[in-house]
Amino acid sequence: MYETTYHRPSSIDEAAALFSKGKEAKYLAGGHTLIPVMKQRLASPSDVIDLGKIKELIGVEPSGDGIVVKAATTHYDVATSDTVKKALPALAYLASLIGDPAVRHRGTIGGSLANNDPAADYPAAVLATGATVKTNKRTIAADEFFKGLFSTALEDGEIITAVSFPVQAKAGYAKFPHPASRFALTGVFVAKTPSGDVRVAATGASQNGVMRIPAIEAALKANWSAGALDGVSISADGLLSDIHGSADYRANLIKVMAQRAVTAAG
Amino acid sequence: MSTVKLTVNGKAVSADVEDRTLLVHLLRENLNLTGTHIGCDTSQCGACTVHIDGRAVKSCTVLAAQAAGSNVTTIEGIARGDELHPMQAAFRDNHGLQCGFCTPGMIMASIDIVHRYGGKLDEATVRHELEGNICRCTGYHNIVKSVLDAAGRMKVAQAAE
Ligand SMILES: Cc1cc2nc3c(=O)[nH]c(=O)nc-3n(C[C@H](O)[C@H](O)[C@H](O)COP(=O)(O)OP(=O)(O)OC[C@H]3O[C@@H](n4cnc5c(N)ncnc54)[C@H](O)[C@@H]3O)c2cc1C
Ligand code: FES
Ligand code: FES
Repeated sequence: MYETTYHRPSSIDEAAALFSKGKEAKYLAGGHTLIPVMKQRLASPSDVIDLGKIKELIGVEPSGDGIVVKAATTHYDVATSDTVKKALPALAYLASLIGDPAVRHRGTIGGSLANNDPAADYPAAVLATGATVKTNKRTIAADEFFKGLFSTALEDGEIITAVSFPVQAKAGYAKFPHPASRFALTGVFVAKTPSGDVRVAATGASQNGVMRIPAIEAALKANWSAGALDGVSISADGLLSDIHGSADYRANLIKVMAQRAVTAAG
Repeated sequence: MSTVKLTVNGKAVSADVEDRTLLVHLLRENLNLTGTHIGCDTSQCGACTVHIDGRAVKSCTVLAAQAAGSNVTTIEGIARGDELHPMQAAFRDNHGLQCGFCTPGMIMASIDIVHRYGGKLDEATVRHELEGNICRCTGYHNIVKSVLDAAGRMKVAQAAE
């Protein structure tokens, strides 16, 4: 790892001020993406600004029509939160599948979204539920936030402060994990709003990162059941193909994971 | 360089380290606590598992500076004098180790599992929860047996306290 300077601010404003002073600063939350990348010398920030101890960034709160998960809340705390389990159990379940217990004890939702790994779990939940990403500058709708592999709508130095998830009438997640890394070979989040709208998002499958699956959305809107997807076929165009699975294999996984997610959602 | 102050195995310690220093290096090189191992550079093997404020974490993926002010427990901090921790004793009695390289991490991860699940542990849960700890020797079978055995002993030990 290259040399760096560590900072521990105690507020969001202080963190943003430190960022603008650094030459090539980076925020650090759980560190479970950034530190491995720094160890490989693929990142060499002049300064790392620790968001993990900022109290206003930690915790889960119920809000009028949903829940607000603050950015530095760990995967473990989301998975075990009574508030999340009550309002959006599929999100608690998704968090419980990330990596392994030690990863979940450190990794955070804000770090996962800012990183936007094409095989990360949270982006599927954020996109499918139509959640809103809050930053220290503005609010960004899920449909505007994800911009392809490892890129987002965040500007330089912008801090995710929280994610606001609206309640759903039904929601479910299913993932086919990579057997070694636990990342999604393909994961699908299905959600039905109280007004009957359906949104479905897949992670791990596309060359462009998380994406919505219109064919599955239409079929589930007409008939919310796993069987309704039997006749749906998913195109392999633009899907990832690697030693772990061909594009055709992933296309089929999208359908099968969607069916399992619907069954889980009930 | 920064001075990092933290509590390790119940003792207040202070070390002057570079900001890029990983917690595992502070433990091994500054404090000579070499029971915590490094088995990979991809945060996947779990040989470096310690507890920070009671939670199992990979000390190779935490900066020493991030742990400042925290309470860290390593494999050296769990026995009471000559009396092994029930998890250590169960690993010995059930042949839960062969070369021993993964064992400190396995034991720290397993204590955390028992703390989180209490008496509600079964074989499938133990196997699933040990996903972040890799062993090249045992085939895991006796590790799982050890954890289940220790879960029983830890319940008894707690009840006795
Ligand atoms: C062994 C292993 C297995 C894993 N398995 C999975 C898995 O199955 N599924 C999965 O989804 N993930 C997995 N991960 C990734 C893990 O979930 C990471 O914790 C997560 O992707 C990043 O969160 P973090 O808090 O650790 O972020 P960090 O590593 O601290 O930061 C990541 C990036 O986000 C930026 N950042 C962090 N917080 C903010 C913020 N609030 N605002 C703006 N920018 C911010 C940082 O500057 C950095 O660029 C795994 C990781 C490991 C090591
Ligand atoms: S050395 Fe920490 S996970 Fe392998
Ligand atoms: S006992 Fe040798 S690696 Fe586990």
